[in-house]
Amino acid sequence: MRWIVKRAIIALLTIWTAFTITFVLIRLMPGNFIEMMILYYMNTYGYSEEEAKELVYALYNVNLDEPIWKQYLDFITKLLQGNWGVTYCSRAPVLDCLLYALPWTVFLLSISMTISFVIGIGLGMFMAYRRGGLFDGACSVISSISSAIPNFILGLLLLYFLAIQYPLFPARGSYDITIEPGFTLEYVSSVLYHAFLPMMAYVLTSFGGWALAMRGSTIRVLGEDYVIAAEARGLKSRRITWTYVGRNAILPLFTSFAISLGYMFGGSVFIESYFAYTGVGQVIGLALSFRDYPLIQGGFLLIITAVVVSNFIAELLYGVLDPRIRRGGGYE
Amino acid sequence: MSKGAKLKSFLYEHIYIPLRILAKSKTSLVGLIIVSVYVVMAIVGPMIVPLDLTPHREKRFMPPSLEHPLGTDFAGRDIFAQIVHGGPPVLRVAFLAAFFTVLLGTVIGIASGYIGGKVDLVLMSFTDIFLTIPGFPLLMIIAVWLMQSRLPVTEPIVALLLSITSWAGLARAIRSQVLAIKKEPYIEVVKCLGLGRFHVIFKEILPNMMPYIAINFMLSSIGAIYAYTGLLALGLLPYSPGNWGAMIHMAQAYTGTIGTGWWYVLAPSMAIIILQIGLVFLSSGIDKIFNPRLREE
Repeated sequence: MRWIVKRAIIALLTIWTAFTITFVLIRLMPGNFIEMMILYYMNTYGYSEEEAKELVYALYNVNLDEPIWKQYLDFITKLLQGNWGVTYCSRAPVLDCLLYALPWTVFLLSISMTISFVIGIGLGMFMAYRRGGLFDGACSVISSISSAIPNFILGLLLLYFLAIQYPLFPARGSYDITIEPGFTLEYVSSVLYHAFLPMMAYVLTSFGGWALAMRGSTIRVLGEDYVIAAEARGLKSRRITWTYVGRNAILPLFTSFAISLGYMFGGSVFIESYFAYTGVGQVIGLALSFRDYPLIQGGFLLIITAVVVSNFIAELLYGVLDPRIRRGGGYE
Repeated sequence: MSKGAKLKSFLYEHIYIPLRILAKSKTSLVGLIIVSVYVVMAIVGPMIVPLDLTPHREKRFMPPSLEHPLGTDFAGRDIFAQIVHGGPPVLRVAFLAAFFTVLLGTVIGIASGYIGGKVDLVLMSFTDIFLTIPGFPLLMIIAVWLMQSRLPVTEPIVALLLSITSWAGLARAIRSQVLAIKKEPYIEVVKCLGLGRFHVIFKEILPNMMPYIAINFMLSSIGAIYAYTGLLALGLLPYSPGNWGAMIHMAQAYTGTIGTGWWYVLAPSMAIIILQIGLVFLSSGIDKIFNPRLREE
């Protein structure tokens, strides 16, 4: 119990650090960014100083006439109440922008992640059983290459060669906009068709890492005494493979998988930007290129919170899945 | 032992034997060759291949030919020369970022493990926070901030920025190793002999950390290349023409609309991909040098 409280405190501290970093970055920018924005609105749109201040106040959740510590507290309370400020580009609330994009990202990445995890686990176990052989050698090389290729480069290559040069797949968007969204076969297949290349870019660059990790983990488990004992007891080899080796080998990977599910909420800025996929990653990518600070800030907070929460859940889950590591407080 | 014999045995132990272990595994050897070629290219290449960045309207998007082995870009400039001149900054940033990462991770890890107590608690809470903050989004935000702030964005600054998000894992690993080593009897002996902290840390603890330091150096240079070229590809760092990440950014922007110039997309992509593959292979070899259990018979 003490351990859980300790982890929860660290998780909250992490989210708080992220809040503070974004606040400080924007407030302490050389040449004070906020004041620059007020001048910008006054000069470009002919706002009066009062109006410009009011707008910037809405954009950043900060009231410039108050001392900075008060602005900071204000900023946090507003955030907690769901007021994440408004975007520059459309003046729409930041939270709405992110929540619109979230389902697309979750759809795209949860499927890609699960596929690469399953391929990686299967391949890794197979490699471990055939270790030293030709199959293992070839798959190790392929897995290493997969983990070495940056996903943004593969995404670009797939986009260029399979969507622009030879237009087998759509290059842009998350579905055909001429089709009415709904639970129709036409719509669903259009969604899957558009998601294919982004998913490929993700799966092909990430299954290798899982496979190599699973290979190492399986080899470690195969050397354990309880596996040798199970073999000596004459248990069926299929039973040993799944219940003795497989289950124990997946354990450490399962935690990493749970953690990576947290990263899912941030989307993949590269892949979604290249394919103009309407997910959180693309929103953040656009926000970055238009320097839309409130939106960047909101996206970052969404990612941080998701990652921290999933980290926390993964640690709790690990204790449930593996009773051996349930232990009292302390780091050792 | 004479000086010559000492040098000879040093070279034998630290150069010859590791190289022989590397050479035993084909993939590690391939990795070593790839990385060496890149390093030699980065040193010698810019001296041999001149970089001419004046635009030539009539030579836009010319496919590979004898005159331009990798074709020309959107402004009619030779792509091969740009690739050659783009190597040194990428390698320099990768090396510096890996160096900073290892330095930060080692210092914090040893301080935390060796001093212990409140220092340990504070440093490790700090480390935990950095372990969970997602690295790339944080990098993007700081990069935009740097660009907007008009501070000079030099290579060491970029490298330092990249290392901020990657030292935490190493610090944790080193701390737990230090905790284990601290309990070993030989440390007691060294302390009883009256040798100070300095000796214990630099002569006894640090050499034991070399496997972690070496492998983390490799892994963080791979990560740094990904992040550096990635930030450039997103257009989030100020760049000079000829930088690989910047080339990807331009290729993406130009060829996406025209639909021609596959060579412009392919050249920087392959330059980065092959370097990354080389580094991954080489780092598995380095792992084998330090962990005899990983060597295949």
